[in-house]
Amino acid sequence: MRPSPARLLNILVPVKRAVDYAVKIRVNAQQTGVDLNVKHSMNPFDEIAVEEAVRLRERFKDEIKTIKAITIGPSKSAETLRTALAMGADSAIHVEIPENAPAPEPLGVAKTLRAIIEKQKDSGGIDIVILGKQSIDDDLGQTGQMLAGLMGWSQATYASKVDLDIPKREATVVREIDGGSEEIRCKLPLVVTTDLRLNEPRYASLPNIMKAKKKPFEKLKPEDLGVDLTPQMETVKVTEPLKRVGGVKVANVDELVAKLKEAGFTAVKN
Amino acid sequence: MLTARCCSRTLALRLRSCPPLRRSLSSVTENDILHFSKILDPPSIISTLSPIHSSLEDLHPFNNDWMRKYSGRATTVLKPRTTQQVSEILKWCHEREIPVVPQGGNTGLVGGSIPLNDEVVISMANMNNVRSFDPVSGILVAEAGCILQSLTDYVAPHNHIMPLDLGAKGSCQIGGNVSTNAGGLRLLRYGSLHGSVLGVEVVLPDGTILDQLTTLRKDNTGYDLKQLFIGSEGTLGIITGVSILTPPAPQASNNVILALPHFDNVRPLYQTVKGQLSEILSAFEFIDRTAYDLAVKHGQGRALNEEDVEGAECFVLVETSGGRREHDEEKLNDLLETLLSADRPLINTGVLAQNPAQFSSLWALREGVTEAVSKEGKAYKYDISVPLSTFKEVVDITRNHLQSQGLLHEDAVSHVLGYGHVGDGNLHLNVIAKAYTQEIQDALEPFIYELVASHRGSISAEHGVGSMKTHALHYSKDKISLELMKKIKEMFDPKGIMNPGKVIA
Repeated sequence: MRPSPARLLNILVPVKRAVDYAVKIRVNAQQTGVDLNVKHSMNPFDEIAVEEAVRLRERFKDEIKTIKAITIGPSKSAETLRTALAMGADSAIHVEIPENAPAPEPLGVAKTLRAIIEKQKDSGGIDIVILGKQSIDDDLGQTGQMLAGLMGWSQATYASKVDLDIPKREATVVREIDGGSEEIRCKLPLVVTTDLRLNEPRYASLPNIMKAKKKPFEKLKPEDLGVDLTPQMETVKVTEPLKRVGGVKVANVDELVAKLKEAGFTAVKN
Repeated sequence: MLTARCCSRTLALRLRSCPPLRRSLSSVTENDILHFSKILDPPSIISTLSPIHSSLEDLHPFNNDWMRKYSGRATTVLKPRTTQQVSEILKWCHEREIPVVPQGGNTGLVGGSIPLNDEVVISMANMNNVRSFDPVSGILVAEAGCILQSLTDYVAPHNHIMPLDLGAKGSCQIGGNVSTNAGGLRLLRYGSLHGSVLGVEVVLPDGTILDQLTTLRKDNTGYDLKQLFIGSEGTLGIITGVSILTPPAPQASNNVILALPHFDNVRPLYQTVKGQLSEILSAFEFIDRTAYDLAVKHGQGRALNEEDVEGAECFVLVETSGGRREHDEEKLNDLLETLLSADRPLINTGVLAQNPAQFSSLWALREGVTEAVSKEGKAYKYDISVPLSTFKEVVDITRNHLQSQGLLHEDAVSHVLGYGHVGDGNLHLNVIAKAYTQEIQDALEPFIYELVASHRGSISAEHGVGSMKTHALHYSKDKISLELMKKIKEMFDPKGIMNPGKVIA
């Protein structure tokens, strides 16, 4: 008897366009946020997520049916999706919001992702969502967990190694935890959030960049998905940390003692 | 043991390449130290002599270059803080006929900043103030000891960049850059220092201060004396201050590494790239396969994907810098599309940086070759200008020559490689050996110099002459030029105390 073919997997990789990590962050004059008129690129943890999806495809070949990248953001976020496509994702979904709209919060993002996953049900559904453990701009680190909660799926956060048993529809994930690592086994469908050691993302090669331009690219509005991205938090004020004041050189012990006294230090009394 | 071996080897080199000093110059004595103590504060004098009694270890970094190829026996290092102090030191040395070696970041490759005997080292490290910067004209006036990277950081908030950039930027000093006429990675775009340096302040060998620290773009009043100090490697005087024109910082940069199936494609590729990118092209760098493999082996930048390097004979790094990202990207994309869709493509494939991290990583593959080479073994470095079409030929001929001499095996020469600035016709020909030996040296020289001369090239494109190539200067300069150079040296430095044995001797 021929074994029944395992059901093929579909992977969804949410990515975010964020201020590049190499950029020196400056608080804007209104103290409402940081200066966004700087170089942006794909959130590094999301880049790791895309790489992992592509590596799973390389490992499991045709058993991974599709890799879809998705982003929520203004029109410029499209280039982040192009990068994901150039790295090896098959198709992209851009949930476009206006240029000056506030950045969506984790719950809004998770609900949008849920709506997308629901929408994919007709075309084979989504079995694994791989996304960064956090984005380096707001550092909230909640989206993956919220999505797993909303969907009632397994979650494997802070992953440093992912292995799949597709016939059994199981994943074994090594997680980064305090002081070591933890290996867990979970049932699909699954949400994986990536940590730094999971992999090293590849360069996008020129032929793949060219191919990426021809891959399916779907544009949606939050309204199309019936989600509301209005923030629930209000940013009161953003300020820079206090500047460190440099030390001074003293010429001799007397001067040192005088400086210490000036600063309010007193000798220990016996 | 390592040090002992280094010393004996350097000695061998020196015996061969260092000409005798023209007249007997004096060594530093305790009396001189006493005099220097009147000019400088105590921490600014390092000397093994009384009453300072520094250890040999303290002198080590000033007596040895970073490649461990050259070493000197200086007993005394002076670190002046002002031009006045430099002037007083030189006045004394001139009177006493004590030879001096000006030293910047000591990152040179030709032994120009290392004493040959026991000259006094004048380190410019403490003269590291920026005197002025005009954000409108972009003119920066800085003291000689300013580190290139810190100047880059200094002008960055004003949206300017330094007109030069090189691998040693974290250690090299602007005074050294100017006195060696350093080239580097931005030359293609911003030209040589002969153009961007607007003025210099120089202390002449007798202590006279020559103040040519003007900030004029145009000044056609007689002989342009400052040009003599640019590239004369401290043999005519000590540069203490520099006025330099900094260009506005590009608003967007990007880079791409292209993998080429044959070296022959480099020339037509350069032509295509230059034509399509025009004003945004800021670098066109060549790395042969051996150089690439070494850079990857020694962890300089992340390697390209396996399938992208397959069948590549060499690589080219193209950098764009322009005023508007969208414009640059469009041009670059058009170029890449042309290259990939050509009937007979010049490139196999390539990689386009997607973010600043990848941008630096791709650059590291090129810039890191120097470091990788020194990790791999002892390097014989030849920095030559030859016609672009002969880049590969020169590397191959050198390799074959070493093979025919029976020197191409793991106990002698392990690699012969080439990389460099295609846009400037400048090839870095490196020969990596297990150890520096006279036998390899003899096989390489004058062989390479003759090879270069046969192409009417230059035996030193950007590294300078130092003590390494003084004897070979005639391969690139005719008799009349050499005579004139000697006369100039004689006029500025009749006692021959300025960096003796370097450049011309």
